[in-house]
Amino acid sequence: MTTLTSLARAIAAERGTAQRITTVRHVHIHERPLVLVPLTLAGEANAPLAAMVGTARDDARLLVVAQPRNRDQRFGFAADLAEIVLDYVALFTTQVELVATNRGRESRARYADGPQLIVPNPAGAAFVRMFGRSTRFRKTDGQWAVPMTVPVLGRWLTHFAERYDHPGSAALVALTSALTAHWATGQSALEDANLAALMGWLDPPAGMTGAEAGEAAEDPLAFPPAGPVTDPTFDNEVLAPLIDAYTDNPGEPALARLVAAVRGQIEPTWDLVWRGVELLRALPPGERVAVRWGADRDAYSSMVLGLADGRPPQPKRDGAVAAAGRLNRMERDQATYDVQRAFDDPLVLAEYRLSGEAFAGVVTAAQPDRVDTSGRRRVLRPHVTVLTQDPVRFTPGMELTSPARPSQKATVVSVHAGAADKAEVVLELAGGMGSSLQAPPGSVPEVGERVCYTAFGDAYQQTPDFPAREDTPWTHGGPPRDYVPTDGDAAEDWS
Amino acid sequence: MSDLDARLARLRGSAQPKRHTARTIAAMTANPGCSRRAVLDAAGVDKGRLATQVGFPARFGQSRFAITRGNAFEAQIKADGCAELLSLLREKLDLPLSEVGYQDLESLGNESNADRHARAREAITNAATEAGTLFDHPLLRMEVGGRAVYLEPDLIAFRLAGRFHVVEIKSFPVIDGQADPAKVAAAAIQSAVYVLAMRTMLEEQGLDPATVSHDIVLVCPKDFANSPAVTLVDVRKQLTVLRRQLSRMARIEELLDLLPDDLTVDPRPDADGVPTATPEELGAALHRVDARYAPECLSHCEIAYFCRHEARGETSALGRAVREDLGGIESIDTALALARETRRPTPEQEESAALLRAAARLRAEVSA
Repeated sequence: MTTLTSLARAIAAERGTAQRITTVRHVHIHERPLVLVPLTLAGEANAPLAAMVGTARDDARLLVVAQPRNRDQRFGFAADLAEIVLDYVALFTTQVELVATNRGRESRARYADGPQLIVPNPAGAAFVRMFGRSTRFRKTDGQWAVPMTVPVLGRWLTHFAERYDHPGSAALVALTSALTAHWATGQSALEDANLAALMGWLDPPAGMTGAEAGEAAEDPLAFPPAGPVTDPTFDNEVLAPLIDAYTDNPGEPALARLVAAVRGQIEPTWDLVWRGVELLRALPPGERVAVRWGADRDAYSSMVLGLADGRPPQPKRDGAVAAAGRLNRMERDQATYDVQRAFDDPLVLAEYRLSGEAFAGVVTAAQPDRVDTSGRRRVLRPHVTVLTQDPVRFTPGMELTSPARPSQKATVVSVHAGAADKAEVVLELAGGMGSSLQAPPGSVPEVGERVCYTAFGDAYQQTPDFPAREDTPWTHGGPPRDYVPTDGDAAEDWS
Repeated sequence: MSDLDARLARLRGSAQPKRHTARTIAAMTANPGCSRRAVLDAAGVDKGRLATQVGFPARFGQSRFAITRGNAFEAQIKADGCAELLSLLREKLDLPLSEVGYQDLESLGNESNADRHARAREAITNAATEAGTLFDHPLLRMEVGGRAVYLEPDLIAFRLAGRFHVVEIKSFPVIDGQADPAKVAAAAIQSAVYVLAMRTMLEEQGLDPATVSHDIVLVCPKDFANSPAVTLVDVRKQLTVLRRQLSRMARIEELLDLLPDDLTVDPRPDADGVPTATPEELGAALHRVDARYAPECLSHCEIAYFCRHEARGETSALGRAVREDLGGIESIDTALALARETRRPTPEQEESAALLRAAARLRAEVSA
């Protein structure tokens, strides 16, 4: 939370209408995402009760586990879900594109598109992770055999869950998080976690304000929770008697009643998710969204390859090298995501201007042909003076970047307080102007141009060197052994 | 009856005082600055019922499935004199439990709470010399807001190497060594209530309270199965929080002194038990006691929806972080007026106002 988004919340509360906190969309929205709305049985460890799943609003499949504590029925559910998910992830292996690497000297192949899984909320993403964990070590032979597809489903779900941990990834999207990254409502973040209330604010029915629709949507009878946990009153008064009736008399009529009741709980969320997806889709995408989607497609390509190569299932715990590498990638992804959003979106950049990590203003003087002769070689070092109203917290000597000219380095020469709360910043520019002593047109900001400078840039960062897995030092436990699923994993009960 | 008791009884009215449980005592630590909650809890007011009477019913219930699962797991752990638990304690925690006694201190029919507590106290203090006895359902006692509260925990306390450990059985799973942090935190604070109650009991008997370990034993289902996993959880931090809040409750008189003497939330039931006090009356009485609403209250306090309604228009209703971001200004209207420069800041608002003005200018400039 930052001052600008908090101000937007205050405005939303005052007007009863949600406020935009970005000018563009920062998440990739697939033209054909797989939406998954899971429901679980309360009190159990991720025991599926139902799921509605499909790639279009009018093409939903409802899977229901009539006796959620029954092991066979659960694996039946897993096999049904596997069929849908595996068909979906196989859709994108037809087209390959080449990506330049190593500054264009080499190239590598990746799939031109990839899968996107959308769940209603972060708890839905947690379901994906847990269901992946509970299925990927299953055996397809022996005493506890499950269908061939079940452990593969587990590995794909784990793949999505791992991507979810990477800031900026859009492989697995929790809708409430994606929506609240683009709009501020007049309620608290805690209340925004309720998808129905959030959508009430963002997309109120005709004749209602967002505030009114948001509050009305808090009634769990009219708007069932987006899950995975169901409403306790529904559990006690509807679901429990229906499950009991089915257990006593497992026929078609009892099953039909149970399925109808579950459908009543899950369908409203299904519709809300698709409406939310459409809201996001309607926003223009930020310039660097495609770059981040590329990283998701890299991960997808590697996953497809790994499955084909017979790579073992993802371990329960990372080894030392894998953990260090993962943490490093996540930190870099976070930094990259923050910078890219700021560069793509003036409203996000404004947050940094407010906190003094960036400033914007108008160029009032420029010496585009200034040459520095103090060194052995004469070098082009233009000076520009920028007049800004932003609170400037930079000191001489600091190096800045401009989103408009990312390859150019700007060093602060001086900062002077000007008239009417304004500050005058003199910058010395280097790079991005070719090699002659004459700056090409456009490479140096001109007088009157609006410019922005930030303390951060999105330049490529070198990956630190980690030892190979087999060279894990003894201080970190030595080379880890491959995790081999045991009979214990295969037999592991679902309560 | 002391003056304080009389005063609290007047506030509560004709209803029976609500009995505290470890859960309700633990919940008090969630928003310690809230006077409304402190006063209502001290008076033993049934906040859930009161919330319904003022038209803002609480919205948390418990699913039958969760209760069934919790009971089944507890029964499984305690079966055959806690045989399964003991073997785990031996194996996993390497506890040198050779012989173990098991003592069920469950209620004996029409026994009073005081008698049952006395029995538990006797059994546990006598155990000072014997090692390795499990006590099931001991009834503990502690002072909350100057009044004795009996805690009927489903806990087992066992004594080992001269120390008592509190055992808490929970049915949320520990998967690959990890559990839901919120649930672990809730279990830890509830266990801390028991640790505190046990320590008080020993102290009253002239025994060393430190005999009760601050490491509690948390028993949860392991992975996706029903077999238990045991974990030691250090609850020292929770004990500190709890002690602070309980001492604050002990000073409840200071809070009451700020309130009118005849303040009451008595529903005044008629002969048929139907309340005759209007929601407006009860609401007006509630408004007299200061609340400190934060959105987090919605998940643990029964009257939170009433407080939320009251707090509408305040920045804290949008979240504590939002209020801080807006420079600590209390009212949304004031914050926006300062941002739009339609209101002159007071000297202490100067700094916040400058921040808000800058934010509003940037938002306007970029959105234009």
